[in-house]
Amino acid sequence: MAKDHVSGPEDYEAMIEEVLEAYPDKARKKRAKHLQVSQATDEAPDETTGIASKCDTTKSNIKSVPGVMTIRGCAYAGSKGVVWGPVKDMVHISHGPVGCGQYSWSQRRNYYIGKTGVDSFVTMQFTTDFQEKDIVFGGDKKLGKTIDEINELFPLANGTTIQSECPIGLIGDDIEAVAKEKKKEHGKTMVPVRCEGFRGVSQSLGHHIANDAVRDWVFEQEESDNVKTFEPGPYDVNVIGDYNIGGDAWASRILLEEMGLNVVGNWSGDATLAEIERAPKAKLNLIHCYRSMNYICRYMEEKYGVGWMEYNFFGPSQIAASLRAIAKNFDETIQENAEKVIAKYQPLVDDIIAKFRPRLEGKSVMLYVGGLRPRHVVTAYDDLGMVIAGTGYEFGHNDDYKRTGHYVKQGTLIYDDVTGYELEKFIEKVRPDLVGSGIKEKYPVQKMGIPFRQMHSWDYSGPYHGYDGFAIFARDMDLAINNPVWGMYDAPWDAPKAIAAE
Amino acid sequence: MPQSADKVLDHAPLFQQPEYTEMLANKKVKYECGHPDELVQEIGDWTKSWDYREKNLAREALTVNPAKACQPLGAVFASQGYEATMPFVHGSQGCVAYYRSHLSRHFKEPSSCVSSSMTEDAAVFGGLINMVDGLANTKALYNPKMIAVSTTCMAEVIGDDLNSFIQQAKEKGSVEGSFDVPFAHTPAFVGSHVDGYDNMQKGILSHFWDKAERTAGDSINIIPGFDGFAVANNREIKRMLGEMDVDFTFLSDVSDVYDTPSDGEFRMYDGGTTLEDAKAALNAKATISMQKYCTPKTMEYVSETGQEVATFHYPMGIQATDEFLMKVSELTGKAIPESLKKERGRFVDALADSQAWLHGKTYAIYGDPDFVYAMARFVMETGGEPIHCLATNGSKAWVKEMEALFATSPFGAKAKAWGGKDLWHMRSLMATETVDMLIGNSYGKYLERDIGTPLIRLMFPIFDRHHHHRFPTWGYQGALTTLVKLLDTVFEKLDDDTIIPGETDYSYDLTR
Repeated sequence: MAKDHVSGPEDYEAMIEEVLEAYPDKARKKRAKHLQVSQATDEAPDETTGIASKCDTTKSNIKSVPGVMTIRGCAYAGSKGVVWGPVKDMVHISHGPVGCGQYSWSQRRNYYIGKTGVDSFVTMQFTTDFQEKDIVFGGDKKLGKTIDEINELFPLANGTTIQSECPIGLIGDDIEAVAKEKKKEHGKTMVPVRCEGFRGVSQSLGHHIANDAVRDWVFEQEESDNVKTFEPGPYDVNVIGDYNIGGDAWASRILLEEMGLNVVGNWSGDATLAEIERAPKAKLNLIHCYRSMNYICRYMEEKYGVGWMEYNFFGPSQIAASLRAIAKNFDETIQENAEKVIAKYQPLVDDIIAKFRPRLEGKSVMLYVGGLRPRHVVTAYDDLGMVIAGTGYEFGHNDDYKRTGHYVKQGTLIYDDVTGYELEKFIEKVRPDLVGSGIKEKYPVQKMGIPFRQMHSWDYSGPYHGYDGFAIFARDMDLAINNPVWGMYDAPWDAPKAIAAE
Repeated sequence: MPQSADKVLDHAPLFQQPEYTEMLANKKVKYECGHPDELVQEIGDWTKSWDYREKNLAREALTVNPAKACQPLGAVFASQGYEATMPFVHGSQGCVAYYRSHLSRHFKEPSSCVSSSMTEDAAVFGGLINMVDGLANTKALYNPKMIAVSTTCMAEVIGDDLNSFIQQAKEKGSVEGSFDVPFAHTPAFVGSHVDGYDNMQKGILSHFWDKAERTAGDSINIIPGFDGFAVANNREIKRMLGEMDVDFTFLSDVSDVYDTPSDGEFRMYDGGTTLEDAKAALNAKATISMQKYCTPKTMEYVSETGQEVATFHYPMGIQATDEFLMKVSELTGKAIPESLKKERGRFVDALADSQAWLHGKTYAIYGDPDFVYAMARFVMETGGEPIHCLATNGSKAWVKEMEALFATSPFGAKAKAWGGKDLWHMRSLMATETVDMLIGNSYGKYLERDIGTPLIRLMFPIFDRHHHHRFPTWGYQGALTTLVKLLDTVFEKLDDDTIIPGETDYSYDLTR
């Protein structure tokens, strides 16, 4: 029988060549550097995964080719949409025209507990709604007045961030001056963030800028009472880079608390300003999304001596490894507790794997997501016996691809800033059993008859972090792949003639 | 441990388990440094008072929860309604990710659009190179028949000139000189998505019509406007025009684009107005706009070509449909057939059967200007009373038009139109002057929660319910769909209010 799709590393190389053929010369040369197959390496394998491969020859964090469907967003999305937006007791102003705030309004499912519109503001859209006159005459006055009105109408907001949209930087508005003046006037934290969408090549620079704003406009300000009255303890940790999508941070927090740690700051899902302010007093920063928040962790280490470590709470093998690695930073009590936590959840893990692995064993997956998931979820699929055929980052940097080598096996297809065209062709040829990507990719893939899960939003399910999350993850992969609908795409009267003739 | 393989709990039940509620209560007390519960309660109550309403309505600079999006979204939507057309947004790329996501979340369908991916260098030197390379790449990869270019606020602020850029790109061979690249400037800091729709429609029509000679014919053009129910509404209008045997052309028809079948093939382009039809539409006898506020510039342009023009406000409800059909009949000389008259009669029959349940019900309505107009009018046809009618992108002229509408019916006596106000204003209005039902889009669920008024989703975007856009709201059939939604809401509310056994369930009636 003729092979109708590609199925291995040799095929992948040829497939990449073929897909690149469609581009005009200039774009082809550029795109070629972003596509590869992971190679063998002499490096020692990763302790937990036992894997060593080479993915870092891929070029990354470079400007997207114009005129293609890049799946990337912008710096504003990185700051407002990811880092600052979930801080619940502050008002985040989308400063500029109405669109950016509107499209990002309530879309990331950063769960939080609070009275929306009274003491919490995450699922609201605050904007200066720029008009032509604001572009011509500048928007600083309007911004100042906006902050005054927020102060009057939302008195329990503990601070305000100013998330700059494209025009702000272009017309030269001085949002820092406005922030300083209003901080003085209202005595509340003000955070101007220069995250104009045209800065950098993706949302990634927005994360960095947002981290810098935490440093400059929270840490390097006069200590608040929340900080002064805080009595640090030996088991205080911060969870950094968990945005509590579908409750991820909660399913993680419960494990850390069970092992005896105090999560004094959750960044930034379900976070309050106080949790950010106090972070430098913790013993250790635990960082989940390395890409979006490594910057501020490095700063806290340098300035306050707070150590940091990455962890991975996707899938039982990584959860156990991470709990042990986290515990190593503390005393024996915590280390024993970590073992107890792992043991407590082992029956759940066994049940989940017993139930779902037989339904998922050997199924192939292609991923294309954002900051940490292109590598971190790989092992959760491994735990279920599934195989990663390809993965890639929307906005990863070289260090992300380096880290990816500890997660994906040799011979995996790697695509950086993949264009809609490339991804569609790759999926068509590889024909994986499941694709995990975002809303823009979901429907084209499903039209092709391939099961899909949104791996930014957990397809409105979740959490996927922690043991409770792994149960949901496993169930969701099963329900995606094994639904009857995928068998209904061909009309029976169109059945192949050979079968019809039998 | 609440979780088990037998019964996997996802977020909704999981976090209601005691392990989690205790954990979160502990987090609140120990780490969040929030305000005292009494103060939160006090301020919460105050936000629903008349005092707060006055302060809220006096806002001058801040906008909270606006019910509008920006121009390029409308431009992208209008472009997608033409055959094999790729919308190309000149400016920073994040915007395009947003437009595509927004449209996909509503229609649950692919939404194709490219960006010229301008960054800092383009901010300084202009985006010409992005246009030159971008058009070439788009053409090579996605093989469109037309590329429709619009702008983001970034390209507008730095003053990129689309006409000149496209010419230069053509001279450099990005696409052949004869390739169709219509364009529209769509600054996000002017107007809203309905203006973007208008600008792009005008851009596409003038691209085809400006150099052509008009030979007046008999057919009519329909411009549907920005409409979240376009999939079903366009088809419904086509069906009615078919019943009338009218020769017609839709100018921008997304009904197939946003409703492609699942059969193993991803269709980047499907259906849409053919470019031949778009060109030939210059020769139409007349053009009808289904949404006045989506098409002011376009209709002015069309009327300058010598065509007759007619504009409607989102023809929903019985009088609006009557007027539309009569206008079509007048323009084409075709009689309204018995079949449509029967449809009308069937709808009136339905309304008569149900009028008792809707008479005197009060409503808050928000959305795009034409929608709010149509909805308020339809509500009054059912004997209901629109109270708060709000359009964030509604102008002073719109307010006047709404007031004139209210004056046509005793049911409009208590109605007020709020142009330029947002959904946080609406919260104050609904908290101080309560109504029975709220009509809008998915964002209204926050008002439903805060005020306790049931929400009926009839406007774009609808993210949290599926497939509503597959049923028409225009024409007599659409009026029936809409009527059923209003009625279901009334009945469900009544059941909810009477469901406690042995206490309130004496009115939990089987037959109504």
